Amino acid sequence: MTGTAPAADTAGTGEAPTAFLEVRDLKIHFPTDDGLVKSVDGLSFQLERGRTLGIVGESGSGKSVTSLGILGLHNKRNANVSGEIWLDGKELVGASQSEVRRLRGRDMAMIFQDPLSSMHPFYTVGQQIIEAYRVHNDVSKQVARKHAIDMLGKVGIPRPDQRVDDYPHQFSGGMRQRAMIAMALSCDPELLIADEPTTALDVTVQAQILDLIRDLQQEFNSAVIMITHDLGVVAELADDILVMYAGRAVEQASVDATFHRPLHPYTWGLLGSMPRLDRDRSERLLPITGSPPSLINVPSGCAFHPRCPYRDLNEGKSETKRPELVEVEPGHKAACHLPLGRRREIWTDEIRPKL
Amino acid sequence: MSTSKTPAEKVSVDKAPAGEPRPIREGENLLEVENLGKHFPVTAGLLRRQVAAVKAVDGVSFSVRKGETLGLVGESGCGKSTTGRMIMRLLDPSFGKITFEGQDITKMSQRRLRPLRRDLQMIFQDPYSSLNPRKTVGAIVGAPFRLQNLEAEQGVKKAVQEILELVGLNPEHYNRYPHEFSGGQRQRIGIARTLALKPKLIIADEPVSALDVSVQAQVVNLLEDLQDELDLTYVVIAHDLSVVRHISDRVAVMYLGKIVELADRTDLYERPMHPYTNALLSAVPIPDPAQRGERKRIRLQGDVPSPLDPPPACRFHTRCWKAQDICKQVEPPLVELSPGHQAACHFPENTTVSATDAVAKAAVAPGAAAAGDAGSASAADSAE
Repeated sequence: MTGTAPAADTAGTGEAPTAFLEVRDLKIHFPTDDGLVKSVDGLSFQLERGRTLGIVGESGSGKSVTSLGILGLHNKRNANVSGEIWLDGKELVGASQSEVRRLRGRDMAMIFQDPLSSMHPFYTVGQQIIEAYRVHNDVSKQVARKHAIDMLGKVGIPRPDQRVDDYPHQFSGGMRQRAMIAMALSCDPELLIADEPTTALDVTVQAQILDLIRDLQQEFNSAVIMITHDLGVVAELADDILVMYAGRAVEQASVDATFHRPLHPYTWGLLGSMPRLDRDRSERLLPITGSPPSLINVPSGCAFHPRCPYRDLNEGKSETKRPELVEVEPGHKAACHLPLGRRREIWTDEIRPKL
Repeated sequence: MSTSKTPAEKVSVDKAPAGEPRPIREGENLLEVENLGKHFPVTAGLLRRQVAAVKAVDGVSFSVRKGETLGLVGESGCGKSTTGRMIMRLLDPSFGKITFEGQDITKMSQRRLRPLRRDLQMIFQDPYSSLNPRKTVGAIVGAPFRLQNLEAEQGVKKAVQEILELVGLNPEHYNRYPHEFSGGQRQRIGIARTLALKPKLIIADEPVSALDVSVQAQVVNLLEDLQDELDLTYVVIAHDLSVVRHISDRVAVMYLGKIVELADRTDLYERPMHPYTNALLSAVPIPDPAQRGERKRIRLQGDVPSPLDPPPACRFHTRCWKAQDICKQVEPPLVELSPGHQAACHFPENTTVSATDAVAKAAVAPGAAAAGDAGSASAADSAE
C-alpha cells in the first residue's frame, strides 16, 4: 500500500515529495456566465512507479478534468488551476508552458477515450507517431520510422511495416486504440494516463487492450492512472482506487478494500447499481436515486447528501458540514459523517448481502 | 417457440398468405422472424453500379413470445441494430419474413403499417439526439396521439401527464424542453413517448448504454416495472452482457450478421455452447479483485472481419481456437442441441451432443440446404 499513503506529512509545505507523482489540493475551476464550475475541488493523491491508480466516478465528477490538469492541457485563460502537482520532483502547476510541454509526451502521456477523434485524419498513423517521437528525441526520420514500426508491432498491429503508412480511417476501432497506445508509449513515459481507454470498444477488444496496458506497464514499470466509470475495468487492473463525486474524492483505498470493505455510501451505490455476471442474478438492481449534481450548484454540506439514503442518521451534519477525507483504516480514506462502526454495520448487514 | 423446427423448416412450411392480426395469448409467439436479412449495396462509378454488398444481417430466425424479453447481444457491426430496425420496418429487409401478431408485415405498405405502429415501438440509444430540442416534453410525448389521430379520454394533456408520472417524471414538467433534463431523465422521456399508445412490443436499442452506472440501474428497473405493469414484450438490443443477463428471459448472440447461439438466460450464461459466446463471457471484466487472474480468459485474436466480405462457412473460424477444416468448408446450421438451446457450431462446448450428431440432425431436417447452410459434410463433398 504505497500508492495512497497519506500525503499529510508534506502537504501544503511546497516541499518536493518522495512519491513519484503527488497531487496536493488540486483545484480546477472554470468561470462561466452561469457561475463558477468547480470541476475539481481539492483533490490529493500519490502514485508510485509501477502502480496503477483507478479513478472512478460518473460523468461530471471531475475525473477527466483531473487528468487534463496533470498534463497541463487546460487553457490558462479560462481555467483557474491551483494546488500542487509534483511529478518526479518537479512542480507542474507553477511551471512554464514550455517546460510542461517538454515533459508532456516524454515523461507523461495520455491515451484518450475516442481514438477516432483524437488522431489527425489527414496524416498517416506513422507520421503522427514519428512526429511525437522526434519532438522529444533528436533522431533522423529513418530512425524514428523504425521506432514507430517497432511500437506498432509491440502493441499488436499485424504487419506494422505496412500499416505504418495507413491513415487512421483505415484502422478498426481496436487498432486505432492500439495505435494511440503506441503513440503514447513511443517515448517510454513514466506516467501514463488512460482516460476511458476502452469505453468505445467492444468487450473482446477491451480485454485485449487491458491485457496490453498491463503487459506494457510491467515492461516499462510506468505509473498508470486509469480513469473509467466501469468498476469491472478497475477491478482487473488497478492497485488503488479513488472514487470521485462532484469534484472531490469520497473514498480512496486499495482495490481489495474498495470492493470488499467500502466505507462510503456512494461506493455502495455504485456497487449495487451494476448487474454482475459473477453473482446469481438479483431480482432488482439497487440504483442510487436522483442524478449527479451540477458542478455550479454543488449541494451544501456533503455533496452526496441529496442522494444518500443514510443522510438522516447524522443529525443534520450532512446538509451543513462538508465531511473531510480522513484515514479510517491504514491506507483507507473516506469522506462521510456516519460513524465508522455504523458504516461497517450497514455494509456487512444491509449492503453486502444484497450485492 | 417452435424450437423443434429448424429455421429452414419454417420457411418451407409457412407459405400461407399474410393473415389478419389475431389476438395473441400469453406465451404464444408475438413476433416471428424467419431467415431475415439485409444487404446494403456498395456502389461505385458514375452509373452507381453495385460492386459489393455489406451483409449486415444474413439470415436470422427467432421468435418472441408475448410477455417475455429477448436479448440480442453482439459486438458492434454484428447486425443487431439493423435487425431491430427491420422489425420496426424502419429499414426494408432484403429477404426473409417478419410476422407480428400472425400478420406478415415484411412487405406491408407504410400506409397499412401506420395503425401497427401503435403496437410496435422503439426506444433509442442516445437520449440527446432522439428528442427534438425545439419541442416541449408535452409535445414530444403527445406526438403519437396526434400522429395516430387519437383522442384520449380526458384529453391528451392529461394522458401525457399520467405517462410522465408512470415513468417517474414530474407531470408538472410538461412544458419544459429536453435540454432542461439530465441524461437519465431524457431517456425516461423517450420511454414515455414509446409507451404513450400502450404498445405490445417494444424494441429497445441500447436503452441504457449512454447513461451513468447509477442512472442505468434506475432505467433498467423502470423497464422491468413497466413490463409487469403494462404486460409488455421487449426485444432488448445491447452490447453489455451483464445488463442483458439482468433483463432478458432468452438471449440471442449475434456474430457478423448471424445468430450463433440462442437460449434461455440461465442456459446461455451458465452453459454457453458456442465458442464465441464463451469468449464474450470470459472477456467481461468482473468487478471483484479477488477473482483477478483466477478466471480463465479466452483471448480472441484480431478484430471482427468486415461484413463486406465475411469469412466463408462458419464466420467465426478466423478467430476461433477450436476451428478445424470442416469449419472453413461447411457452415454450421443453428440447431437445437439441448431443449431450448440452439447453437451454430461444429464443436460446441458444454453439451453431450457431439458435433457430428448436430450436423447429421441438420442434414435430416428437410430444406436445410435451402437456408444457405450446406447441411452436412457429405453435402459439401458432393458439391465440390
